[in-house]
Amino acid sequence: MAPEHDVMPEAVPGEDQSTVTTRVMELVVAAVLMVLAGVVMLDSVRVGIGWAFDGPEAGYFPFYIGLIMFLASAVTFGVNLIGRNADTSNFVERSALRLVIKVLVPTVVYAGVMYFLGIYVASAIYICFFMMWLGKYSIRKAAPVAIVIPLILFWLFEIAFLIPLPKGPLEAAFGY
Amino acid sequence: MDALLSLIHGFGVLADPMNIVYMCVGVVLGVLIGVLPGLGGANGIAILLPLTFSMSPTAAIIMLSSIYWGALFGGAITSVLFNIPGEPWSVATTFDGHPMAQQGKADQALTAAFTSSFIGALLAVAVITFLAPVVAGFALRFGPAEFFAVQLLTFCSFVGMGRESPFKVLAAMMLGFALAAVGMDSVTGQLRMTFGTVELMRGFDFLIAVIGLFGIGEILLTMEEGLSFRGKSTKITLRSVMNTWVRLPRFWITYLRSAAVGCWLGITPGGATPASFMSYGLAQRFSKNRAGFGKGEIEGVVAPETAAHAAGTSALLPMLTLGIPGSPTAAVMLGGLLIWGLQPGPMLFIEQKDFVWGLIASMYLSNVVGFLIVLTTVPLWASILRIPFSIIAPIIIVLCCIGAYTVHNAFLDVVIMLFFGVVGYVFKKLHYPLAPLVLALVLGDMAESSFRQSMLLSQGNISIFWSNWLVGSICALAMVMLFWPLIAFFIDKARNGKLGTHGETGRV
Repeated sequence: MAPEHDVMPEAVPGEDQSTVTTRVMELVVAAVLMVLAGVVMLDSVRVGIGWAFDGPEAGYFPFYIGLIMFLASAVTFGVNLIGRNADTSNFVERSALRLVIKVLVPTVVYAGVMYFLGIYVASAIYICFFMMWLGKYSIRKAAPVAIVIPLILFWLFEIAFLIPLPKGPLEAAFGY
Repeated sequence: MDALLSLIHGFGVLADPMNIVYMCVGVVLGVLIGVLPGLGGANGIAILLPLTFSMSPTAAIIMLSSIYWGALFGGAITSVLFNIPGEPWSVATTFDGHPMAQQGKADQALTAAFTSSFIGALLAVAVITFLAPVVAGFALRFGPAEFFAVQLLTFCSFVGMGRESPFKVLAAMMLGFALAAVGMDSVTGQLRMTFGTVELMRGFDFLIAVIGLFGIGEILLTMEEGLSFRGKSTKITLRSVMNTWVRLPRFWITYLRSAAVGCWLGITPGGATPASFMSYGLAQRFSKNRAGFGKGEIEGVVAPETAAHAAGTSALLPMLTLGIPGSPTAAVMLGGLLIWGLQPGPMLFIEQKDFVWGLIASMYLSNVVGFLIVLTTVPLWASILRIPFSIIAPIIIVLCCIGAYTVHNAFLDVVIMLFFGVVGYVFKKLHYPLAPLVLALVLGDMAESSFRQSMLLSQGNISIFWSNWLVGSICALAMVMLFWPLIAFFIDKARNGKLGTHGETGRV
């Protein structure tokens, strides 16, 4: 379910501040939920929704879950499609959406970097980047925060509570 | 009297100084979590849960529940001073709390809020002390049909008590159930909705969902509003505390009413948020200065805070006695119980006396500790809120990622958590409730197995849910809750005379 990504292409570049209406988002989300409900029901039918010799089959319960989810979302969909008092206001302001994307994209990159550099180095880079890019801090202000926080976390997890987190080449160089 | 003896035994468990240390640490962490945007009771505890794996279950639950109380207290600080509800249940506190702060009476508003929270919690703990053993004893006789009926009541309450569209409540709830069903079916061993992937075999862990939905989702929402918080600052002096306390006994009936509302909605899971709104509404209806509400009436702070704290506390009662949490935070604690190797439910009161009564005794003490801590340290928390969001936000996101990773030591969980964050953001904006989703995700397996066991007993006959007075009345109550929006609609119409009094409501 990724309705969030549908927002970008639908945004009209010329029109300031408007992205999509709340109504469109309601329709998209309700539709996505209906599709998901359909998947749930189909898969339940696959594993069986009836009775085996030893009791209810695996799809017995989830099928009805899917059914209720489908019906409930269908009502939401219908109300927004034909309802006269559907909410046609803006779902999210363009500037606000830009801020949200500005947080989301680096965070996804951070999760990727974490895989290669370990959680501590990735966190340092991420905090530093975030502060400088979104907070407009100079590197002299951002760097101390970005270094101290991962150090505290390192102490807390690796030393105090003995919970190993993913580590990368830097930690390996220090013998961890 | 048994309860009192057990309680004294519980205080004996607390005599271990380490438990007191964990309690204080928990309360301070909790207030911090409650104050910071993006960290709430549920996801804060979810993130900290892995740290408790090496502790004894009693110490761990004491720390985690203290975090919860701290978070409940902390929510009031942001609502009053910054007009930002740190937690959803503090929204109603902003109605009168923030106007009071703008009039320069922030100290009074905060004192009233903390005192009310404290009294609400204390009344609720008293209810737990005396009611929990009774409920647990009662629940020992429960069969699968009764358990399913109680779970049904839990979920139907969300529909009846929720402020959102009932269809959205249902959709969100069923999404939770559907996600819970992903993975291996515990009865037949068949794979459901994995679509041939290995990753989905583990299913979706609700802790990951909680961290994403409440943590990242909240950060994204806060981000929208821009990056700066502007708020009032205040210091609470002993004098202002005394002055406020003198005024509070007048509202004793508000306290009792709000605590009753809170306990009721906490036990039958409406949760703290509707409790605070309902209690605010009732206080307004019965108050002599009805016109003052919304403009800085102290009673408007007392009512929602008492109810929210009472509801938050009493949400632990069904969690302990039936294994059915009354709120997302209680759900996370239930998850903790399972991880520590304890089986929540009525047997807990027989097999784990130290654990249960240690926890209940700690509720009394940690609320006192929390009350004193927040009263004395308000300026500190207010200054933390002044740290720019562009510093706080990345740190919270880092904590969320670490929290998600540590649940199963899996990278994929971090990605899933971020995905849930986006879902949480969109759902919040469209007013899909998150609490039923989380609770369904937690209880999905349990609800399904009790449903299937009941069906096995009755050979597929649904009438087992009406087979005796106990299960029948719980189911009937659940149906009333489920159709409450419809019933309320017709009652409204009947009252307005458009419909008359003939039997449309009889249909449900």
